[in-house]
Formats: sequence, structure tokens, C-alpha cells
Amino acid sequence: MSTTNPPLPEFDIDPRAFRHLADAQVGVELVTGDMILNLGPQHPATHGTLRLVVRLDGERVISADPVIGYMHRGYEKLSEFRTYPQITTLINRIDWLSSFANEVPFIDAAEQLMDVQAPPRAQYIRTILTELSRIATFVLFLGEMGLQVGALTPAFYGFRDREHILNLIESATGGRFHPNFNRIGGVKDDLPWGWINETRTAMKTIFDACDTFEDLLVGNEIFQARTRSIGIIPPELGVAYGVSGSNLRASGVDWDLRRDGKPYLVYPELDFKVWTHPDGDSFARYWVRLQETRESARMVLQMLEQMPAGPIMAKVPRIIKVPAGEAWVETENPLGQMGYYVFSKGATGPFRVKIRSASFSNVSILPWLLRGVFVPDVITILASLYFILGDIDR
Amino acid sequence: MKKPKIPGVISGLGITFKTMMKPAVTVQYPHEREDPPTRARGVIALKEENCTVCMLCGRSCPDWCIYIEGHKEKRPPRREGGRERTVSVLDRFDIDYALCMYCGICVEVCPFDALFWSPDYEYSESNIAKLLHDKRKLGEWMESVPEPEPLEIGAEVKK
Amino acid sequence: MTAFHGPLTLALEIGWGTTLAIKTVMILMIVPLTALVLGYVFLLKMMSHMQSRLGPMDPGGFHGWFQLVGDGIKFIQKEDIIPGQADRRVFAAAPAVVVISTFLIFLVIPAGPDIIVKDLNVGVFYALAVSSLSVIGVLMAGWASANKFSLLGALRAAAQLIAYELPLLLAVVGVVIQAGTMSLQGIVGFQSTGSIFGWSGIGFPFIFTQFIGFALFLIAAQAELTQTPFDMPVAESELVAGYMVEYTGFRFLFFFIGEFGTAFAFSAIAATLFLGGWALPASWGIPLGVMRFLGPGVLFAKIMAVSFLMFWVRFTYPRLREDQLQALAWKFLIPIALFNILMTGVFKVAF
Repeated sequence: MSTTNPPLPEFDIDPRAFRHLADAQVGVELVTGDMILNLGPQHPATHGTLRLVVRLDGERVISADPVIGYMHRGYEKLSEFRTYPQITTLINRIDWLSSFANEVPFIDAAEQLMDVQAPPRAQYIRTILTELSRIATFVLFLGEMGLQVGALTPAFYGFRDREHILNLIESATGGRFHPNFNRIGGVKDDLPWGWINETRTAMKTIFDACDTFEDLLVGNEIFQARTRSIGIIPPELGVAYGVSGSNLRASGVDWDLRRDGKPYLVYPELDFKVWTHPDGDSFARYWVRLQETRESARMVLQMLEQMPAGPIMAKVPRIIKVPAGEAWVETENPLGQMGYYVFSKGATGPFRVKIRSASFSNVSILPWLLRGVFVPDVITILASLYFILGDIDR
Repeated sequence: MKKPKIPGVISGLGITFKTMMKPAVTVQYPHEREDPPTRARGVIALKEENCTVCMLCGRSCPDWCIYIEGHKEKRPPRREGGRERTVSVLDRFDIDYALCMYCGICVEVCPFDALFWSPDYEYSESNIAKLLHDKRKLGEWMESVPEPEPLEIGAEVKK
Repeated sequence: MTAFHGPLTLALEIGWGTTLAIKTVMILMIVPLTALVLGYVFLLKMMSHMQSRLGPMDPGGFHGWFQLVGDGIKFIQKEDIIPGQADRRVFAAAPAVVVISTFLIFLVIPAGPDIIVKDLNVGVFYALAVSSLSVIGVLMAGWASANKFSLLGALRAAAQLIAYELPLLLAVVGVVIQAGTMSLQGIVGFQSTGSIFGWSGIGFPFIFTQFIGFALFLIAAQAELTQTPFDMPVAESELVAGYMVEYTGFRFLFFFIGEFGTAFAFSAIAATLFLGGWALPASWGIPLGVMRFLGPGVLFAKIMAVSFLMFWVRFTYPRLREDQLQALAWKFLIPIALFNILMTGVFKVAF
């Protein structure tokens, strides 16, 4: 059964207008009006406080309006009055599931303004931690999309396997969710003793976890019946709306900033494959993220082999005053394309920071995508787009 | 030989069955505890004798959760005929853990190594106001500050 | 006391006797107990271990056995809220209807040579007919809640339950054809005294020849209980409120007991029809007197095995959408059930 956004039913005349001509009236609600369903800010299906005002005609959605802003914390305003290390602390919390990846473009922008290059070992550590946070968030996605579709167990597997990554991040940076590890010029500390071997072991469990999810969900006929042909994003439309990341790659667009954008971190030296899927439905998004998890694990193993020895911090003054200028850096975050525009006037903190977050654009396609789908499919589509509210609202 | 393709519904059942047979990963918290890693940011400890009331930590906190008060005292000169020394004495050093974001900027910025991270995390209170800890309590946490662990292969040895 | 005097003398006069009274009281006690046991073992412990966690460990000390009892006490002491616009009598009666249908199934399930409330000679027919009373309860719950979403959820649930009645019934027709009787005691007797190609080592449990029927019965029972993968009416409460949303406190407890009690009852029917019920094979030569004690235990073990299968499927699969669910029932299960009946009839006549 295909539910590829069929055309909406249209009435030439409104039957309700002729009610007065009837001999007998059977019931007031014979012609069903639209029902407005508020997938309210508090809901187990939306990942946070997203409000979807959905108008239903029986079982099908006529229109859906996302209302965002319930979690707006004012990052860009806060950044006007804070110094660079303080802002690094704050922006960890934009996408809290892959928090290390949020710091990287900001610090990169500041380093561009200061014309400082972090030493190679620091770049490697940054890339390893970015990929680890990508794995952490994707493993959780693989589990909790199963939960939204109805299977109870994969969610727990997702959390359980994510713990390995969080333990690694905690032993290196001190914080499980908010590492706060990047500094202008490098990273804060070097890795503790034995971290490389622990990471290798953890990557093995990640490969096993991916195999588990493949057996449990991807091969499952019920899961496929729930996700195939649901929420197809045509590639041109996705690009037009600014959808990015795995969502776009699942529609067949072969675009990955790690390979195609301006080179950043150590990605130019790595050998990795960019996974795409031609379908563009929810199943494709799940599949692409599964393959990307495996690919990230392979990249981490590569980087652990290649990691050079050396210092982890470049020569920067103690009180950092970033010279005046503007810089724009965008990176391939787990959720999509994230960018920071830093405008500095030479003080210890930026004058203005503009954050381009991935989920904001990913969610903007919802009104188009949700027309004419069934109500349970709304949940599937929301789960497969994988947005984080902190990322939408900042 | 190629393995016959097991339908997804059956292999899914196999996964849950196998997981059921393995022991659970739960750590039953009050009865068993897991030790956090050495660098875990649990609580900030203060070594009062190192503090010179320079206020750098208070200024660099993103939340302004450190309250410092100090005063200057005169001390006798170190040798005969020298100038009197002025020493900053710490009156009050409170960290409001209700505001603290556990970012570590204060620990990093302190030029005199007066602040340390300790992995102790069991200090929750029933009243938010009680989360404002003074320098006596912060000094007590110094006992739980671990030794910095050795670094990984390839790290630059700091002098 | 005089309030009891009248009905008691009436009962004795009709000839119901104390045996029936004792049996009725036992059934009334057993149903919540079975709900508790099933809920604890499978929902709390088995699900937890499948999810790599421990489940309740503290309540009651030993692996948290008291958790559900405590939950029951908690539900009972909650405030009884009835929506202002709700139809009070129907609202109150709906959970009762659902639970009554569970109780009624237990009347015909044999647990021993004569441990049965009443061995009707249309036992199978009666059990399945009475289990479909719960559909009325669901509709009553949805209507009386005075909530548009609740009504929609109830309609969807009712559609699902009705759709899966047919595979449920057709699956057991094969067993009835093979056994030649609809009485459950008779079917148990047939299985325990039967023989497979002359070897009566394990009797002749119908699961060997009726494996299609067994699978169909389990799938249809999953759907009747609104368990995953067919729990759209209940998990719909993520999105649109299910039919149980306005129910609080002990009324919700009734629904819960109804669900797990019915799970126990369906597993009991499946164990009786396909696995041989309370009986061990007659060729083992265990005297009937001993079976009076062992019977309930054997039946319990078989029920646990069947329930394990049902709950295993419940915790592994995602849920089907409503239209996919209906398509599965009407277009897939019913033709297979009819084919099963055809084959059973052919083989019964041929051999």
C-alpha cells in the first residue's frame, strides 16, 4: 500500500449547505468536519516540545503546522555577552545528544578569525570525538525510532549501547553529555591512558549493536510495512527546503560536507564512504543512519591508527581577544548541516553569533510532508526526520 | 554455502531471546555503585591556601555562580627592614551548585591551582537553597580529588 | 444477614449446591491472581530481561514480587473521577462487562479430571463466544467517556476485535473436526489417550497436525488482547486517546485485570486445545487420583509456555497500522484458516 501524499479530496459544493432541503435529518455529524488535533508541546512522540497543530479529516491529515519556540533559550543573544570559552559551554546544549559536534564549527570559526591552526593531534582528537558523538546519537535514533513505531525493546538497546560511547567521552573530557572540551587553538586535555584500546573495544560493541538493529528492525516485515513509502521527500524539494544530513542523503542526494564542503578537521585524510539511498522514505532514512553509524565506527578505528603524537594546544595568549572580522563555518553534524556565523569586533567575546541549526530546516518540510498521511504515519515521519528541539529552537 | 534467508520476524525473536538469556546490564544504584572516571566533573573542590582572591574564576563563570569576598591584611615583612606585605585573605567563597553548569572554566582559569575537580556526585539536597556550598564544604571535597591519571601514548609530556 | 438469606435458600432450593458455590468463589479469586502472576512474570520480569534490564527488584524484597500488588492497592485508593458529561451507568458498567467476559471463559476450562466448573458439551463454542463479549465493553467505554477521541479509539478497537474473531474461531474448527467433540474435557481426553501412528508415547497433542491452527490461534489471540503487533487502539494513546483514557483508579484496574486475565484464559484454551491441557499422556499410566493434584500444575506449565510465546512476540515487534492490521486479518489469515479446515477435513476422512 502506498501512501505517497495523494491529492486531497475536493468538493465542488458543500453538502452542508443543502441540509435545509432534507426531509429528515439523520444526524448533525454526517458530514464530518475537520478535527483539529494538537500534538501538543508535551507528547511522547515529538522529541521535546514541538507542537504540531494537525487538521484531520477522519483518519487523514489535511494540514499540519509545526509551532516551534517552546524551547527557545536565546543562544544568539546570550552569546553577545559572553566570552568564547563561556559560549563553548553554552552551545554544547544546542543538540544535547551529540554535544561535542556543536562546539566544533564555532571554535573553527574563532580559529579562522585568529588565524590559528590547532595542532594535528588536537584535530584528530576533535574528529574522533565528533564521530563518537555521531555514533552516540545515531545509536539512540536506531533504538527510539523502533519505539515510535511500536517495538518496545530496541529503545533500551539504543540506550544500553550508547552508554559505551558516553563512558568513553566521560573518561576523556569529564562530562558524559556536555564535554566542553574544545578550546581556541586545540583541545583542553590529552586522552587518558588506555583510552585508545577502550575505544577499539567500544567500536566492536557498536558493530554488534548495528547488527542487532539490522536483525531486529530493518529485516522485520512489520517495520518495513510501517516505514516503506511513508514520508517520501523528493530530492529537489529537500534541497529547496534546506533539509540536510541523513534526511537528504536518504533521498538520493550525494552531498556530505565532510567530503564536499570546505575541508575541516581531518576528514580530508580519511577514507570513508558516503551512504545514500534512492527511496527517500522513512525506511531509507533509518537505513542510511544505520550505515553511517557503521561508517563512523570504521572512521574512528582508522583515526586511532593514524593519530599522531604531539601537542594538543597551539600557542595562544592567555586572555584571548579574537581580532575583528567575520567567519562562517558549516559542518556535517549528526542532525544535518550546522553552521556558525561569528562576527567579532576584537573583544574577548563575539559581537554576534548566528547559528544555522540543522533541525530548523528539517522541520520546515513538515507541512508539505504531512499532507494526506494517516495519523500513525505522522509519528513515523517525525521519528524518521530525527530533529532535536534544542536544535530547532536554540 | 550461502545461509538461507531467515525471515526478519524470526530473527528478531532470536535477538530478544538471546538478550533475555544474557545478564542484565542494570547497576542497582543504591546497593551497587559504578565508579565514575577520574576526570569526571562531579564537584569543585577548593584549596584555600592557594587562593589569592584574584576573582578570575568568578569573572569567567558563565552563570556567575561563584561568590567571592576577601579583604587585604598586612603581614610583617619577610626580612628585617623590608616593606610590609599585603596578603589577600579569603572571607567567603561560595559556589551555588544550583546554577553551576559544570563547565570547568573556573578550574581551568585559576592561575594558582586552587580549584580542582572531584568525581563525587552524591551531594544532592532536598532544598535548592542548600546547594550553596561555602568554602568549608568545598575544602572538605579536596579529599576526594583524585591524582591526575597518566596520559595516552603520544601525548606531549608537560614540563 | 437477611439479605443473604433469601438468595442462599434460593440457591440451595434450585440445587446448585455448595460445590458450585465453592467453584464460583474460586474462579472469582483465581482470575485476578492469574492476572497478577502473568503480569509479573511476563510483563515485568521477562520484558525487562529482554530489554537487558532487571525490572522491579525492591518491592517485597525478593525480585520485586510485590510490585503489582502494590500497584493494585495504589489504583484502588485513587479518586474515582467520572467525566461530567459521561453517561454514568454505562461508564461504570463498561469495565465490568470486559471483566465478566473473562470470568465466564474460566467456567469451562478443565484443570483436572473433574476440576471444572461445568463441562459443557459445546465448551469450545461457548468459550470463544463469551470472549467476544468484551467488544461490547470496549464500545461502551468509548461511548460513555463523552470524548470524541475516546469514541474513535473505541471504534477502531472494536473493528479490530471483530475482524480477528473469525480467524480465532476458524483456527479451532480443525481441532474440533479432529477430536469429534466440542467439549473441552473430551478434547483433553482425546489428546491424552491418542496415539501418533500407533506410538502413544506422548499421546496425540493436536499441535502436531494443527500447527497452522495453533499459529493462527496465537496471532488472533494477540489481536483480541490488543497486544503488539496489534495494539494500535491502545498505543494510540500516544497520539489519539484510546478508549480507556477517561478511566482512573480501580476502573482502570478492571481493564488491566481483564486484559491479563483474558491473556491467561486464551493461553489456557490454546494449551487445552493444542497441547493437551491438564492431562499427561495416558500411556504413562498415572492414576486419575494423582492427576487431580498434578493436573492444575501441568496446565499451569503449559499455559506459561504458550503465554511466553505470546509475550515474546509482544515485546519484539513494532505495531501494525490499522489498515494493515485489517488487511492481514481479512486477506491473509481467514483464507489460511479456511485452507486449514479443508485439509483437516480431507485428512480426517482419508485416514
